[in-house]
Amino acid sequence: MPHDSHDHPHHLLPSDPALRVKALETLLTQKGLIDPAALDEIIDTYETKIGPQNGALVVAKAWSDPEFKAQLLEHPTETVAGLGFYGRQGEHIQILENSDHHHNMVVCTLCSCYPWPLLGIPPTWYKSDAYRARAVREPRQVLAEFGVKLPSETKVKVWDSTAELRYLVLPQRPSGTEGWSESELAKIVTRDSMIGTGIIGAVS
Amino acid sequence: MTLSPISYVFDEPSFEEPWHAQLFALTVSLNEAGHFRWSDWANAFGAKLKEHGVSKDLNGGEDYFIAWLAALEGFLVERNLGEAETLKELKQAWTQAYLTTPHGAPVSI
Repeated sequence: MPHDSHDHPHHLLPSDPALRVKALETLLTQKGLIDPAALDEIIDTYETKIGPQNGALVVAKAWSDPEFKAQLLEHPTETVAGLGFYGRQGEHIQILENSDHHHNMVVCTLCSCYPWPLLGIPPTWYKSDAYRARAVREPRQVLAEFGVKLPSETKVKVWDSTAELRYLVLPQRPSGTEGWSESELAKIVTRDSMIGTGIIGAVS
Repeated sequence: MTLSPISYVFDEPSFEEPWHAQLFALTVSLNEAGHFRWSDWANAFGAKLKEHGVSKDLNGGEDYFIAWLAALEGFLVERNLGEAETLKELKQAWTQAYLTTPHGAPVSI
């Protein structure tokens, strides 16, 4: 429809929830409980600065450096903090190492707890009722829908995140990556592989 | 009960709608200023998701943030950090401002 200022002299009315968020923001600002500038900073951080690339660096380093990996498994929160990944929702991190025998997969059945400093904001599917219910009930079926087929002897373990404890899956290093640098390795580490709904295929 | 399939979107933005981002930031900011513990918020939000999820399977996008919003409103009122009546009035004021501000001019109350 062509824009005609006579027919549409005013702004489009935002949706009901958008208006309620505006009301909340106004109220909390008036009460001095929040600083609107701080909100922009938070949004910018999660839109542009923090994301799965952080977790990928941790994984690539663990693949390349056995000493780092040992430290990571033993003192995960401190070790990732040493790389600069700490803060909100990363206060207590546990690393779940995948092997031929065990495949780990992470969910939050309560809401959407997730290791923000390492993976950023969770994807929509992670927050959906379908994933939150089914990951626990039928993990292999869910994995199959994500295109992950595991050998029957590999056990699947599902970990339920909490507000206190967040998980990062350490996926298996794919074959064909011998001699790769950490930064080359980091590029092939996917977000889903660090949630446990993906695996990283062999590189040819 | 049949559960819906998981819909997978590749490479989606962090937030689908500006108000999702704004609501997220509001909550984080309040927690950081020490107005509540994150675990208490997670419990309140989890309960609201459960409540909203009774009548339908919530998607992790709009449905999820609508539950978040209802949870935060209730949570703040419960903790005397906000009043339901004031929120209603402010929403009305914003609605009025959007309807009466000429196009191109900034909307404010």
